Amino acid sequence: MNARTFTSSTVRNTRWFKALGLVLIGFVLAGCERPSPESVQSGYRGTGMLQVYNERLLDAKTENNQPPPVIPSPGSDGPKASQVYKNVKILGDLSVGEFNRLMVSMTNWVAPNEGCAYCHQLPNFEDDSKYTKVVARRMVEMTQHINADWKPHVAETGVTCYTCHRGEPVPKEIWFTADAQPQGSNFMGDKAGQNDPSPVVNLSSLPNDPFTPFLLGDQNIRLNGPTALPSGNRQSIKQAEWTYGLMTHMSTSLGVNCTYCHNTQSFQSWEISPPQRMTAWHGIRMARDLNVAYMEPLTGVFPAHRKGPLGDVAKLNCATCHQGAYKPLNGAQMAKDFPELQKSKQGVSALASTVAAKPAAQ
Amino acid sequence: MAEYQNLFTTVQAVGPVHMGVPLGQGNSDRSGQPVISYWIGKLGNAQLGPIYLGGLGVISLFCGLIAFVLIGMNMLASVNFDPIQFVRQLFWLSLEPPPPSYGLSLPPLNQGGWFLIVGLFLTASVLFWWARTYRRAVELGMGTHIAWAFAAAIWLFLVLGLFRPILMGSWAEAVPYGIFSHLDWTAAFSLRYGNLFYNPFHALSIVFLYGSALLFAMHGATILAVTRFGGEREIEQITDRGTASERAALFWRWTMGFNATMESIHRWAWWFAVLCPITGGIGILLTGTVVDNWYLWAIKHGVAPPYPEIFPAMADPALSTGVKP
Repeated sequence: MNARTFTSSTVRNTRWFKALGLVLIGFVLAGCERPSPESVQSGYRGTGMLQVYNERLLDAKTENNQPPPVIPSPGSDGPKASQVYKNVKILGDLSVGEFNRLMVSMTNWVAPNEGCAYCHQLPNFEDDSKYTKVVARRMVEMTQHINADWKPHVAETGVTCYTCHRGEPVPKEIWFTADAQPQGSNFMGDKAGQNDPSPVVNLSSLPNDPFTPFLLGDQNIRLNGPTALPSGNRQSIKQAEWTYGLMTHMSTSLGVNCTYCHNTQSFQSWEISPPQRMTAWHGIRMARDLNVAYMEPLTGVFPAHRKGPLGDVAKLNCATCHQGAYKPLNGAQMAKDFPELQKSKQGVSALASTVAAKPAAQ
Repeated sequence: MAEYQNLFTTVQAVGPVHMGVPLGQGNSDRSGQPVISYWIGKLGNAQLGPIYLGGLGVISLFCGLIAFVLIGMNMLASVNFDPIQFVRQLFWLSLEPPPPSYGLSLPPLNQGGWFLIVGLFLTASVLFWWARTYRRAVELGMGTHIAWAFAAAIWLFLVLGLFRPILMGSWAEAVPYGIFSHLDWTAAFSLRYGNLFYNPFHALSIVFLYGSALLFAMHGATILAVTRFGGEREIEQITDRGTASERAALFWRWTMGFNATMESIHRWAWWFAVLCPITGGIGILLTGTVVDNWYLWAIKHGVAPPYPEIFPAMADPALSTGVKP
């Protein structure tokens, strides 16, 4: 071995190394978002309160969040729907014109390709034998409940069927309780409900079904204690990971950073938090209420192929309505054109009876 | 004719392989036939081997291998023994500590039992390896600085996985064995304890971490800059200060008014390096045991500045009556 033998191979190797380096750099950068992001300050200077936007992604999001055209209202004159049609359990006090307008709108919002027959056993429109009709009736009640009783979250913007459905019979963003042991293993390999590249938690390794404990159950989301020194707060780091999972879901669902709702100086402090956090707080309670009072009772109504791996009903979370936008449909006020979807109803328990008697349809 | 100059010369000085100094009684033989590798020579000494294994080395490697294989088998089992998914999801896969409900008791194997077994073997492996670094240094007639620096890192390792979980009364507090999962654990740890950036020992640890990097860069750059005067022969320069050392010292005295010496710069580096895990370990150990909420602690003691309130006043909705559940 001497100097000469190394020199010629060194030149070849250097070129090869440069090529390898370029390929590696390409690999590393392939995971990045294409530039250029823009940051907008939203809080006091120096506190890192800012939102990051990418114009290209915003454009795509704006396109995906356009409200559909509204059919003009024919007015409330004329006979009521309940007088003309049979088996009208809700919305019976609408005029026939208003009632039909809503039915056509719902078809456009939910089943534009399938048409009336998606819910109705044609030609008998009053027939309740299709499960979809029973579910749809209940969903109208849910929409009314949201608009009337959850103003702290939806304000005057409100929701319609389209907010979630976007022209699909089954909303794109739904969730089922995760099967924590898909392999049925009890010896090794337990994932502890996490460590999976799941889009729910933005491909992190955080617990990927934070919905079952927080948006169906009412487990404690809060982590921090009220005092500087220990005073009985027993929340563990593992519980923190579940909360973190839920918050990551909220962040990706709304297309916002943590600082949209929190001041990262102290995630717990309400005094220094942006006002959006209050809206979000009510949103968590709203999702939980809707899952418990409206979705879960429908479990028996849905056929097996609409249910999750554990046989549970499809449920909603933040993404179901928001679909990547800070406000669903970027805040388009769709609901104002449908006053019948805004009515305060007599209450959840009474309405639940429209569902309770109905066994699994198919 | 090429001439040997310094580390970055394209010429490697290669002599006959060196088996090392004779060893005293109670030492095993060094194993492996040394080889000369050009590519290894690019990074350091071109001679690879022989290695001294010895009893401590063998038992450390054995324990480490058990831990490594158990972690890997758990990861593999978690993707249903699919080798392709094992590779694809490797960064996500993890061996998790037991759920908090088990406290310090022994959980079932698949509920953290494997985690504790791995922890036992990994700790044993690390401690045996520490003993090995200590023994080898003594056998070579060196000081034991390397062993004690390693011990500083082991301190942080033991605080995270042993001391703090015991003080908190729950193995669930330990760090999971996984790439992404241990990073998520770190973030969750800070979130749970009210923002670790307000932990002064965390701050000190960062100072020593970044300080170590800065010192390493300054020292490395200084020595490379004076190798043309033989500056990389640091030991000679320590005992018999030559022109390389003089110039390096002058450079720093002229640019920042103060210079370390050929000897003291290594003490600076050693202390910065060991203080990083030592202070970090103290900060972790205090978290949850002595301080539950670092933000509130920092506000209480005037460490965190209160910023002007620019958002409309808002109180915790859970405290007011008449709100939705």
